[in-house]
Amino acid sequence: MGEINKKQNDWDSSKGLREPIKALEDKWKLVPSFLEVKGLVKQHIDSFNYFINVEIKKIVQANEKVFCESDPLFYIKYLNAYVGTPDLEEGFNVSKRTTPHECRLRDMTYSAPITVDIEYIRGNQRVIKNKQLIGRMPLMLRSSNCVLTNKSDYELAQLNECPHDPGGYFIIRGQEKVILIQEQLSRNRMIVDEFKGAIQCQVTSSTHEKKTRTNVIVKNGKYVLRHNALSDDIPIAVAFKAMGICSDQEIMQLVGTDDTIVKKMAPCIMDCHNLKIFTQNQALAYVGSKLKVKRFQTGNAKARTPIDEARDLFATIILAHVTVENYNFYVKAIYLAIMVKRVIEAENNKAAIDDPDYYGNKRLELAGSLLALMFEDLFKRFNWELKSIADKIIPKVKAAPFDIVKHMRPGLIANGLFAAISSGNWTIKRFKMERHGVTQVLSRLSYISALGMMTRVNSQFEKTRKVSGPRSLQPSQWGMLCPSDTPEGEGCGLVKNLALMTHITTECSEEPIARLACNAGVEDVRLLGGEEINHPAVYMVFLNGNILGVSRQYKRLIKVFRMFRRRGLISAFVSIYPNHNQRTVYICSDGGRLCRPYIIVEKGYPLVQQFHINDLNRGIRKFQDFLNDGLIEYLDVNEENDSHIATREADIDPYVTTHLEIEPFTILGVCAGLVPYPHHNQSPRNTYQCAMGKQAMGTIGYNQKNRIDTLMYNLVYPQCPMVKSRTIELINFDKLPAGQNATVAVMSYSGYDIEDALILNRASIDRGYGRCLVYKSAKTTMKRYSNQTSDRILGPSRDAATGKVIRAHEILDIDGIAAPGEMVENRQVLINKQMPPATLNPVTQGQPQQIDYKDVPITYKGPVESYIEKVMVSSNSEDAFLIKILLRQTRVPEIGDKFSSRHGQKGVTGLIVQQEDMPFNDRGICPDMIMNPHGFPSRMTVGKTIELLAGKAGLMEGKFHYGTAFGGSKVRDVCAELEKHGYNYHGKDIFYSGLTGEPLEAYIYSGPVYYQKLKHMVQDKMHARARGPRAVLTRQPTEGRSRDGGLRLGEMERDCLIGYGASMLLMERLMLASDAFSADICDACGRLASRAWCHACRSSAAVSSIEMPYACKLLFQELASMNIVPKLTLKKYC
Amino acid sequence: MPKVDEKPRVYLEEFRVKNAPEDYGMADEKWSLKKFVKKLRIVIVRMDSFEMEFDLIGIQPAFANAFRRLMLSEVPSMAIEKVMIKNNTSIIQDEVLAHRLGLIPLKADPRLFEYRPEDATEGTEFNTLEFSLKVKCSTNKNQPKDSFRTDDLYENHSVYSSQIKWHPISNQATVHKEQDIGPVHGDILISKMRPGHELDLHLVAVKGIGKDHAKFSPVATASYRLLPEVTITRDVHGDEAILLQSCFAPGVIGLDSEGKAYVREARYDMCSRNVYRYDEIKDAVILSRIRDHFIFNVESVGAMPPNIIFIEAVKILRDKCKSILDELNKFN
Repeated sequence: MGEINKKQNDWDSSKGLREPIKALEDKWKLVPSFLEVKGLVKQHIDSFNYFINVEIKKIVQANEKVFCESDPLFYIKYLNAYVGTPDLEEGFNVSKRTTPHECRLRDMTYSAPITVDIEYIRGNQRVIKNKQLIGRMPLMLRSSNCVLTNKSDYELAQLNECPHDPGGYFIIRGQEKVILIQEQLSRNRMIVDEFKGAIQCQVTSSTHEKKTRTNVIVKNGKYVLRHNALSDDIPIAVAFKAMGICSDQEIMQLVGTDDTIVKKMAPCIMDCHNLKIFTQNQALAYVGSKLKVKRFQTGNAKARTPIDEARDLFATIILAHVTVENYNFYVKAIYLAIMVKRVIEAENNKAAIDDPDYYGNKRLELAGSLLALMFEDLFKRFNWELKSIADKIIPKVKAAPFDIVKHMRPGLIANGLFAAISSGNWTIKRFKMERHGVTQVLSRLSYISALGMMTRVNSQFEKTRKVSGPRSLQPSQWGMLCPSDTPEGEGCGLVKNLALMTHITTECSEEPIARLACNAGVEDVRLLGGEEINHPAVYMVFLNGNILGVSRQYKRLIKVFRMFRRRGLISAFVSIYPNHNQRTVYICSDGGRLCRPYIIVEKGYPLVQQFHINDLNRGIRKFQDFLNDGLIEYLDVNEENDSHIATREADIDPYVTTHLEIEPFTILGVCAGLVPYPHHNQSPRNTYQCAMGKQAMGTIGYNQKNRIDTLMYNLVYPQCPMVKSRTIELINFDKLPAGQNATVAVMSYSGYDIEDALILNRASIDRGYGRCLVYKSAKTTMKRYSNQTSDRILGPSRDAATGKVIRAHEILDIDGIAAPGEMVENRQVLINKQMPPATLNPVTQGQPQQIDYKDVPITYKGPVESYIEKVMVSSNSEDAFLIKILLRQTRVPEIGDKFSSRHGQKGVTGLIVQQEDMPFNDRGICPDMIMNPHGFPSRMTVGKTIELLAGKAGLMEGKFHYGTAFGGSKVRDVCAELEKHGYNYHGKDIFYSGLTGEPLEAYIYSGPVYYQKLKHMVQDKMHARARGPRAVLTRQPTEGRSRDGGLRLGEMERDCLIGYGASMLLMERLMLASDAFSADICDACGRLASRAWCHACRSSAAVSSIEMPYACKLLFQELASMNIVPKLTLKKYC
Repeated sequence: MPKVDEKPRVYLEEFRVKNAPEDYGMADEKWSLKKFVKKLRIVIVRMDSFEMEFDLIGIQPAFANAFRRLMLSEVPSMAIEKVMIKNNTSIIQDEVLAHRLGLIPLKADPRLFEYRPEDATEGTEFNTLEFSLKVKCSTNKNQPKDSFRTDDLYENHSVYSSQIKWHPISNQATVHKEQDIGPVHGDILISKMRPGHELDLHLVAVKGIGKDHAKFSPVATASYRLLPEVTITRDVHGDEAILLQSCFAPGVIGLDSEGKAYVREARYDMCSRNVYRYDEIKDAVILSRIRDHFIFNVESVGAMPPNIIFIEAVKILRDKCKSILDELNKFN
């Protein structure tokens, strides 16, 4: 805060003298304009574009040469790498352009070839080969190489694609996969934290080759360096000496010469003397002795001495991101000294401890960077494989010269990437990194669920740990991550969602920034001694966690940088901010920072003025123009915390304010944006709605009828909500809605509405309210086997006696596949497939062998019949026939179906009432739904009551009202509108009972509320069983609805019965109704006998038969097999 | 308090609807036909072929409600019940299409038909109407250049209810006139199509009641309200009078030449009770409704005129009473 010179003069009233700043009209229009270029899923796409266009080339360049050991002349050099356009390989090097929808339908992978230009040695010649295929890259939809980019809505429709589909996901073997945004601590930054009471400074260095962690910790009052590669901690002074800072004075100067620091450092220096380490070599030898012993030493590594090893350790492994040239460790020593200094500061002042949950210390990893890691790993393995092939083959004498190109298998990289994305297991060998669940199948339950998934942020934090820190709402999340949208339960606070205007940076190159910094007065540290570096007048400048130099005029530096950024001379996403406690200036250009646009305020006035907005309205100004003109800039979390941001124009303080918020509702994310008046609700209710909006059915895209998903729910008559919000329009929810406006009466009716149950009007249902379509698909492939046989499909079988088609095959067409439009009932065959037996010798030629095919029909299961919507016959990537059948059900709401409003108020249908029994008002309006008023007091969803009012007024006026967060139509205006149209100001009407015909005593609050039908329907859950299948091993009833399982009388229920003393009931439930077994027991020896014959006694003299659970008998047998003999002693019972 | 006349009232208080203190409900009254006949009055206020407003005065709410309920759910009407889909290549699903067709109101007079027995496989001319809908969308052969209007590009891109064709069974053509059978409205959009889409449907309409399905209900809605009554208890002048006037529907409160408010026609009041928002005039009015004066509003769907629907409802009630009497008399 030292930065701001608050000119708090005596006449602070100057603020009052100023003309008040008028609120900009239609300022929110900047949001859609922003969303055109950034935000929502654009970060995925930007990151992936950066990867396939820039980073992949860098990776190939970093690993550009492959040599081989057997021929010193042989080499391969990669000149360039490209990712092509999506196609399908159709064998014989023929490829065909493809579309995402084709891949979805045909279970293919939407991918593009990765080609390289190479230069290599063939025989004795140097050969250049262009466009050599080395692998395939799964393509992100709507990325730069995708066929969907820059297409008009009409063209998208021709490609069977929905124009509102956000893209940003992959299609792997027909499955839509999202690489979730991963949140982690930023790399290459010092983080000072308290670990088990001791202060430590930790740096996770990450370079292309290495990922290491270096700690400076306090141990017995002394500072030591700890690293994974070292078996023991190293006194810090030794570390300095190993890095060539040999004199104690120099060490002290680097760390700092304050009294406190000197006092703290003295024991460390002493330590070094006690160890008798004075020179660099002595120090290195000491470190060398602490090296972890490597198991497998390669041949040439043996020659190296521990000193060399230690020197290499310091050069490349410890603090790997600080580059060392020619073993000049000076910069690294300064870096280490700063780490020590931070620890000392934190010891003196607990406030200096960093907060690891602070979002400035976090980086979000996106698809691009994750794929880059994966690709580099695979590429290295690919090169290693080439090398080992060359090693093996070159020494052999051959007729043709060795051509490495023939040994390039594109399958390695392609399958590696496909497998990683489809399984979500990210195994990076060189970092020893293993992560699971990185990808998820894109949920297509509703448009919102798909969009919500694209903005999801996954934390690396373990879900089982019980710490509140990482889960709680961090103030620095403001505007970056949605405060409402997080799941309940174990993922609470760990899985988050991006806010509407968040952008995640992709990295931009450091050199121009470093050069600019030098021109702006940053001096290189390599030329300065410790005393100068630690001089109080000087601020140290970091660029992406690396020391860049020191600056004597940090304010000017920051000002220059910001000016350059606003002029567009450096990337808009470079951030610069000071830290006054550490006396440093940080410049960041790395990827994964959260940032967000703000209007710049200068001298108390926002630079964006009304005419700018008017230009925007007229379409002659875009968001980029605002950036280019320096009216708006992006701030990341760190820089945001160095700024003063006013929420509204009225809040601008002319001396302090630096920025102005564009629109406050953008602090919410996509899902929370659907809630009308969320600022009137109790906050958990908005969170519940965020979870439920993803289960609401409606429309999933304009191409929903062309899709063949395993499960799809659609509403027959979806409606746009009467009370919209800006977010709804921005994300096109009004075009792809998921719900219907129900006229709701808030009153009690019949007692079937307790516990949030809803009463529905039968006539409304008859007229189509809540009607939904459920699509399921069945699929099969016709495999071809190695022994020249293949699966086949037969036409319908006929009954031998009557000649009629058997019932199970009634719906089959002549081709053996169910015909579209037919009704399918339980256990009917959809595809009459047959399979040859598995062990079959190759068919001998000439003699057609009779093969006994086995029936493997695809049958329909379900208590309610379906209709066949369509049948697709195609081929998949293995050239096998692929048959997909889409089944359809139309479902009408029934008792037990779940509905929810947009305020986290879910309820099941408790009763469906005839229209004439429903209450009606003066105008003859009969509600579609009755909701019990007890739902309100404890939930405090005031937003819902306002939605009802605004919806009712909107009906009268014939317009949509807005319930945008922190704005929207005012209750006063809405009520005035109601009054104007002759309704009660408070929205309460007189209702008559439909049963008695007399007016109800209370006035009823009624009007339209947007209700969502949730995917949980009775029909999918109903289950009962009298008898049925049993598990083979235990003979107990199977478990679960899908296996027609029994209903378990669990432990707690058992306890109840024991407590009650209902022993016979218990016996029946637990044994007779489950796995009763009549076992023979030998009275003499107490063991199980078989068939009235005791094998142990060799007699049947004393065998009696008793009833026991089969599981018990099984236990006895299992015990017996482990040499434990359970014996039963039988007694006469009565 | 105004003078108590014989009219039973409910008072619309600020927070609740309250019966008059001396009113114990009309159900308690001893039934006397004489008294009832004397009191009963029906006034038709407004009527056309689709909508009717009439007053039913001097009747118990149970009766009024019974008529309302019967009109909604038991007066029969004809609606499409079965759809045989020979071909449907449009994007609309078979079930949804059938559902939409079912909701189309038909002109056919249900009184001329019988209920179809549940176990009947074939319909007769007395209980069934058969229609067909056969539409095929195609590209317009002679479409004007550079036009992207769907009307110019395609033929039959929208299927309307007017395209439903009646197929008389045996003698039906002589009994019924074609214009008395088909859909009430010809402009109901059934489906949208594009070239290659085709509908070939056989529709069967039967007689049914609203209890079965809302499509058989002969009314869009039938409901009533009680006659409002506004009593001004003290003189209201000037601005207050204007404010008072604005609290009611137009025409309810009049201002005389001196600017004094008087009740002109309470019937038009919407009972929004917005007077209670203003403390200064809250006490000047008493809002109430006459408990035995029902203002019925019947909106016919089109098959029968609303007055007939009401009469049908009365007939059904009569028949029901008769049948229960018959049942009871069996035991005598």
